[in-house]
Amino acid sequence: MTFFVVLLIVVAVLALWVVGQYNRLVTLRNQVQNGWKQIDVQLKRRHDLIPNLVNAVKGSMEFEQDTLQKVIAARNAAVGASGVADAAAKENALTGALSRFFALAESYPALKSNENVRQLQEELSSTENKISFARQFYNDIATKFNIAQEVFPGNIIAGIFGFRMSELFEITDAAERAVPGVDLSLRK
Amino acid sequence: MTSRNIYEQQSANRRNTLFVMAGFTLLVGLIGLGFDSAVLGIVPGDTGSFLGGLPVVTLGALLYGSFAAVSSLRSGAKTVLGSAGAVPIDDTRESYRQYVNVADEMAIAAGVPRPALYVIPDPDPNAFATGTEPSNASIAVTEGLLSGLTRDELQAVVAHEMSHIRNYDIRLMTIVAALIGTVMLLTELGLRAMRAGAFKGRGGSKKGSAGGPILLVIWAIALVLAPVISRILAMAVSRQREYLADASAAELTRNPAALASALTKIDLATEPTRSIKKGTAHLCIADPLAREMNDREGFLADLFATHPPIKRRVMILSAMAYQSRITSPGRPPGSSTGQLPQTPVGTP
Repeated sequence: MTFFVVLLIVVAVLALWVVGQYNRLVTLRNQVQNGWKQIDVQLKRRHDLIPNLVNAVKGSMEFEQDTLQKVIAARNAAVGASGVADAAAKENALTGALSRFFALAESYPALKSNENVRQLQEELSSTENKISFARQFYNDIATKFNIAQEVFPGNIIAGIFGFRMSELFEITDAAERAVPGVDLSLRK
Repeated sequence: MTSRNIYEQQSANRRNTLFVMAGFTLLVGLIGLGFDSAVLGIVPGDTGSFLGGLPVVTLGALLYGSFAAVSSLRSGAKTVLGSAGAVPIDDTRESYRQYVNVADEMAIAAGVPRPALYVIPDPDPNAFATGTEPSNASIAVTEGLLSGLTRDELQAVVAHEMSHIRNYDIRLMTIVAALIGTVMLLTELGLRAMRAGAFKGRGGSKKGSAGGPILLVIWAIALVLAPVISRILAMAVSRQREYLADASAAELTRNPAALASALTKIDLATEPTRSIKKGTAHLCIADPLAREMNDREGFLADLFATHPPIKRRVMILSAMAYQSRITSPGRPPGSSTGQLPQTPVGTP
């Protein structure tokens, strides 16, 4: 009798523990998916802002049509991208084009005094930051999710229920890594 | 210790808070149980003694302290914002655009909803956060802070406040306030009982032992020192949470140098922040009263200041900045300056 009571308690505790572990993993997986969607939201916002900005600065930056064209082309390519890898590459190209544009805009005092342009630039640079921070958050939460699946005894639960590791966002383009160097060479 | 990275700094701060809170609990236990046994003759845990060994006074005082703290927490956020003269910002106003944007950015980085934003019409740079959990939190900054800091620095200050919210510091400080209230009540009761000479003591009970008088003396000394000790402990918690918020802010922005330079600017503005009252001081990014204490290093200052010395905070942040530079050479700061960013924004 006592034996069965003890056995029952042990089984109950074990079951509760498994439920807890499983729920923790599910919560983390949802947070990871949500984090991924946040990145998309910000990328979409960037796509919407770029045409406005380009139109606003076109008049003052007529000597930089080439740069503006490249930004627009990169933006359109990013909007039309299909698949994660393709989108990542094209978004990275867009980031590059935008940073060249921002660096060039520095040398146009007329742009700085234009209230409309200033607002758009604040919006766009904030959106750029939000993209970075959304990726940073995604990486943090995905790392947490992955660690929860790797450590003992979480790995047992993850194995039983078929949880899979999330991929982290990485800088694939070598030029991306060199961004601070570009900054130095263009600074006035 | 100054060469710690962000994560080591965070876990060290959390550990220190745990130690201090354990000390606090010990203090409440010592004084309360001392009262129960010395005055009422209750031997805690001994069912044969008075009232079945239930430490009634300790439990009663704890209940009272918690009640007082919770009721102050209820009305807390509104009172704090109101007394500082903070006004909710108009989202559409161009001059607040940057403030709203950096708050949005930090909310994304922290993975919490963006807190309600307030502005305090005061020329001295300062900021504070309030609210018991991320969903009902608010951040208030002074006009002086908005006008005096660059975009990166503002972002760092907002990240610091966001970290107070995310680390549940307001809740923690409420628990500390409850413990202080409990200690104060017990001390008052104990001192009165002592004056009235109402001791049953262990010597009087059947279970009396030779340890009785000595315990009584220890209790009496603890009673006299309790108000000072509890204050020291509370300030220690407060300072640990400041260090932790600094480290967490660095984790959010990945740019400890910006917070360091913001703190230096806030430090150089020597005027006290007049709109922020004394009771709110521990919530602010820097001591609003510009008290000498918080700038000094040394034994007394270490014990009684709400904030660690700014120079020390800057030093720790600079060390983190140096660390992150060696560990991730290619990482752009993830943020940009003013209207026309000088740093091209990279992709993490």
